[in-house]
Amino acid sequence: MTMKRRNFIRRATTTAIAGVLPVSLIRIAGAQESADFTFAYISDSHIQHIEGNRFVRNFDRGLISAVAETNLMNPKPDFVMFGGDLAQLGTREELDHGFEILSGLNGLPLRGVLGEHDYYLDLGDYWRQLFGEHYYSFDHKGVHFVVLNSILTFDDWTFNRWESAERRMSEMAGLDNPNGSPFMVGEAQRRWLAADLQNISRDTPVVVFSHSPIQKIYKGWNFWTDDADQVQAILAPFDRVNVIYGHVHQIQYNQIGNIAFNSVMATAWPWPYPSSYAKSGSHVPVMTVPMNRADPFSARDATGWQLINVHTGRVDLEYTLYDNSNRTVSWNGASGRPEDTSYQAPALRVPPQNHY
Amino acid sequence: MKILLIGMALLASGLVMGDEFTAADVERWQQQYEQVAARGRQLFTDPALGSNKVVCAQCHPNGANTHPETYPKFQKQLGRVAMLWEMINWCIRNPLEGEELAADDPDMIALQAYIHKEREGVPLAPGKH
Ligand SMILES: [Fe+2]
Ligand SMILES: [Fe+2]
Repeated sequence: MTMKRRNFIRRATTTAIAGVLPVSLIRIAGAQESADFTFAYISDSHIQHIEGNRFVRNFDRGLISAVAETNLMNPKPDFVMFGGDLAQLGTREELDHGFEILSGLNGLPLRGVLGEHDYYLDLGDYWRQLFGEHYYSFDHKGVHFVVLNSILTFDDWTFNRWESAERRMSEMAGLDNPNGSPFMVGEAQRRWLAADLQNISRDTPVVVFSHSPIQKIYKGWNFWTDDADQVQAILAPFDRVNVIYGHVHQIQYNQIGNIAFNSVMATAWPWPYPSSYAKSGSHVPVMTVPMNRADPFSARDATGWQLINVHTGRVDLEYTLYDNSNRTVSWNGASGRPEDTSYQAPALRVPPQNHY
Repeated sequence: MKILLIGMALLASGLVMGDEFTAADVERWQQQYEQVAARGRQLFTDPALGSNKVVCAQCHPNGANTHPETYPKFQKQLGRVAMLWEMINWCIRNPLEGEELAADDPDMIALQAYIHKEREGVPLAPGKH
């Protein structure tokens, strides 16, 4: 029954979108495969359980589309990362339902990053059964990849503050909830990271995946990692470091020393830029050309997924945006930072990129 | 004529004039507003506002990206000038899969009170896109 439904979903969605896939996503294989490979990055699906076998359809559809489009890539991406917040309230029902949709990826290796919505109900126990360890590293075609669990917080908040796991999860689930708590990687994991990188030569490209930005953008919404400075210091000695993060549900990019930062979009819903909260002040890195403001009448607008190209140790992100023009943010070797390939110069920007 | 008579009656009964109010009145009225705005925040995060447990704050942290100062404004999807409460109803009906509220429903007034409160200090910009 389960298999039947999954196959049906895959077939129906694939048929519906095959005709509209943007030509820019059909990659020509590079001359040297080892120096040029792609992986897909899907994030923040927030699968939300209503009751019984009912889930919020809107959010299901975002993830189903990302899986179906990833399956259409030719050549195939080498692997798929899921960037965290698969679930909305961390329940087995939500994680199982989301994982079932992800299992529709046609034989592509899948790895996960833990999000706060996956974690704060059972502290990541069930997620571990599906995806494995909460933080780990691996090597692929000469690139060293590190996955961090950046959504930990103070032990007192996690273990002592709340009368139940459900309450703890719902308090952390509200982005603007003043009862939440700042994210952090924590000392134990920072020690692990330093040890993991100890035997990696300084000219090896490093790609770090985290759920929250390993930079401080806006604390009020946890677009923030409290010990970002200490983590950056561990990464600083490497020539080429790329940090890719979810959580913010919007396009952001930045450059700090040798570290390039790129965010990914959500498949579920977009978030406003912190600057559009009048009481917050402006915090978004100035070099970011924002995503388009979402059209409230289009449920899938300003959501999507990414195909990421790794070349010469730097990353290019092709944002596949449902119901919106696609975006490409690429490493610019001349300026030494990520830049949008169409809209970077202020004169090239379009009115929907104006957020207020 | 009738109005004049009522006015005379009020004067005769010793009630204050309409434009006379005290600092205590102002404080009380502000509190009334704050209470309604607080109720609006509750609704903004209430899984029971719609039918699928999705809440307003999921997409609009601190009410951001609602732009209350820009209404009334032309909505191309409606083909006419619309008010903020109509857009709130659009969200209740679609992402929240719920039942629309009447324009003067106390819950609709509370939602708008909260949205405006988060936008305090932003100049009016009717029609802005
Ligand atoms: Fe998220
Ligand atoms: Fe998150």
